[in-house]
Amino acid sequence: MIDVIIIGGGIAGLETACTLHTQGIESLILEKEKEIGGKLTQWDSLFPSNRNAKELVETYKDEIQKHTITVYVNTKVIAIKKQNDGTFEIFTSREIVFKAKTIVIASGYSIFNAERKEEYGYAIYPNVITSADLEHMFATKKELKAPSGRTLERVAFIHCVGSRDEKVGNHYCSRLCCVTGVKQAIKIRQMLPETHVFNFYMDLRMYGLGFEEMYREAQEKHGVQFIRGRVSEIAQTNEGRLQLKAEDTLAARPVRMQVDMVVLLVGMEAPECNSILGKSCNIQYNAAQFIVPQDIHYSSGITSAEGVFVSGTSIAPLSVFDTINHARSTALAVSNFLMPIQNE
Amino acid sequence: MNKFGFSTHASRVIDYETIDTKLISYIVENEPSFASCISCGSCTATCSAANLTYFNIRRLNVQIRLGEFEEIQQEIDKCMLCGKCMLVCPRGINTRNVIMLIKRGLTTLEIKK
Amino acid sequence: MILIMKTITKKQSWNSYQKEIANDNLYYARSCIRQNFFPASEHMFLHILQKELGKNVFDDPNHTTCTGIGYHADVVLFDTIQTVIARHFALMTEAGLEHMAISCVTSFGLYTEVLHTWEHYPEQLEKIRDFLYKATKKEFNLPKSIAHTSDVIYSLRDEIAQKAQHTLINKHTGKPLRAVEHIGCHYAKMFPSKGVGGAEFPQVLAGMIESWGGEVVDYPERRHCCGFGFRNYLVQANRGYSMSNSKKKFESMEVYKPDFILTNCPGCSMFMDKWQYTIAEIDGKTYDSYGKGIPVLTYEELTGLVLGYNPWDLGLQMHQVQSESLLDKMGISYDPHLKYTDKHGNQLPKPVSPLHLTQT
Repeated sequence: MIDVIIIGGGIAGLETACTLHTQGIESLILEKEKEIGGKLTQWDSLFPSNRNAKELVETYKDEIQKHTITVYVNTKVIAIKKQNDGTFEIFTSREIVFKAKTIVIASGYSIFNAERKEEYGYAIYPNVITSADLEHMFATKKELKAPSGRTLERVAFIHCVGSRDEKVGNHYCSRLCCVTGVKQAIKIRQMLPETHVFNFYMDLRMYGLGFEEMYREAQEKHGVQFIRGRVSEIAQTNEGRLQLKAEDTLAARPVRMQVDMVVLLVGMEAPECNSILGKSCNIQYNAAQFIVPQDIHYSSGITSAEGVFVSGTSIAPLSVFDTINHARSTALAVSNFLMPIQNE
Repeated sequence: MNKFGFSTHASRVIDYETIDTKLISYIVENEPSFASCISCGSCTATCSAANLTYFNIRRLNVQIRLGEFEEIQQEIDKCMLCGKCMLVCPRGINTRNVIMLIKRGLTTLEIKK
Repeated sequence: MILIMKTITKKQSWNSYQKEIANDNLYYARSCIRQNFFPASEHMFLHILQKELGKNVFDDPNHTTCTGIGYHADVVLFDTIQTVIARHFALMTEAGLEHMAISCVTSFGLYTEVLHTWEHYPEQLEKIRDFLYKATKKEFNLPKSIAHTSDVIYSLRDEIAQKAQHTLINKHTGKPLRAVEHIGCHYAKMFPSKGVGGAEFPQVLAGMIESWGGEVVDYPERRHCCGFGFRNYLVQANRGYSMSNSKKKFESMEVYKPDFILTNCPGCSMFMDKWQYTIAEIDGKTYDSYGKGIPVLTYEELTGLVLGYNPWDLGLQMHQVQSESLLDKMGISYDPHLKYTDKHGNQLPKPVSPLHLTQT
């Protein structure tokens, strides 16, 4: 019987495990992928500091080794069964059954599948890409070009793809796409100073530490142009450029613009496993399948089921900054829960 | 009117392929703060001219970017250069300099209208 | 470099939008205007289904307009149009049929809207049953399925391809003919799940074109409305607004040099054909390289050509833009002397050729 089993080896799970270890509590991480680090392994750089994302992943890998925390990779959780004595049995893609006193759900998020916004032509027009694809290009390509090989004279970013959108069933704001758009726009301007960059937005939500400063820098220092209006459709022109339609709402006139590449700022969705986990240990999750904490202000790491905790973006879209802080607070909540048991 | 009693309409769509960007480049080059406008409208709210005329200093930013030079030309002289807009601007844009640059740009640059 | 919609079919993004299309034992709902503008189209639909493919389709003389033009022009109330449509369901029920094939996109949109309304507001359905009974003593069952007739041809496209006498291959170059497909707005924009391929990448006409050897042009204003808009074109002074919508489309498709335009909506077929003449008269501009305009075909006319019917029996001479350029590319032989003769061989009056849109 282990004290804590953490479901998910992204930064939320890793940070929870490390903090618990510092508190003298042993935990075990179950990760469905073949390596730890979660979505961060696919990212190139982090706002607002522009630091390399891999560097943070490496830091966590070192920490996990230092704290001698056991991680089971390639291990997908299928069901959780609560025992009569209040402990848990966890069934996974492996043969063995894991037993734990408490569970921390750190299942993370999945990236919105941009194909669902059919009018943007993702996976139809090669030069329509997502912000995640662009991160991958930043990380792997020396020279930045459109996927078809076009030189980038003009690039458009579309904000709120898959977020704040009744049509795809996501009413919530993914919060990080705005600043990601600003970060990526700046990066393109830095790599290709001749390229014109336009960001089509509905509202710009620069809520986090240093975000507003990045936005202003994008405008003033890097000449990124922000157009208030949601793009309604994208089509390919005869020359292989992309034509997009929007309204410049501040001018109250429709706009047609041809660009060489469109970047869709895709939002965050709850992973499918949240509802499976939620049902099997009877915890509350919302319509968007994010896990609902017991008290959003006071105990945001505790779920409605006793002994089950939640860490990171399983509750909502969160930045790396917010995720790490949340993971630490969840670890404290777990430790507070286990202390009386251990003192008995 | 022709024999049909109707004719084709001019497009209201802003076509980015045909916009003359000389004026915006000229202003941003000489007054970089202009690029940081967030269209909050506090300048227009306080503007003496906006109270009595169609002059709208907030909209100038959009109009310049979209090449609506005729309207700018018609309205620009309504500005009394009182400077109240500079006092309220949350981005600290030197709006008086912007007005002067627009006036100079419209007369000195060869702008496609 | 010319880019085409092949990339789209490669991804098959439209595959998630499929619907059950009945193509036998159909009750046929005609359009009120198609027989005037494209006189052979509806006849060809019946002929092809009944005679070529051996299907049972009932063309009911008691069937009327759905009153859609009046509805969309604000002169027919929703209750009225629901009752008219209920009467058509009653006629279908009396004929012992359960599936409807609807010739007009406006009607198809309205039938869909009415069924949708009744599904969500059953009390409306009861009210309309009452109205219809009081007015006509008729009762009705809801159809098991409704399809637009272009859906029906789409579902039979491979059967038609097997019987094809002509394909959509340019006989002179050996290359696929390039087609612009234009879908009526009310086919899938109101209820995307009711159209083959959905609203953004509708496949109903593209599927026919590709099955018969052609290539679909994906141009930037593909989804733009033709400008029909009912009340907007009914008043003469407003027609410039209507026409300018079609013009936007022509300007966008021009660079792709399409060989023809294929439509599935009565208004779109009419406007995209006739506005080419009007624009040519007003602006002196045509959107092909030869001053002849881009031929506009209904899907029944195209089916007829593919199956080897005489273009004059298909009524192509009744179009504003003449189709000889397309017939030549498809390798279809025709007798120019018989273009304006009736079925007995008597000469009919020949239309005057306009100044800017050359008639062959």
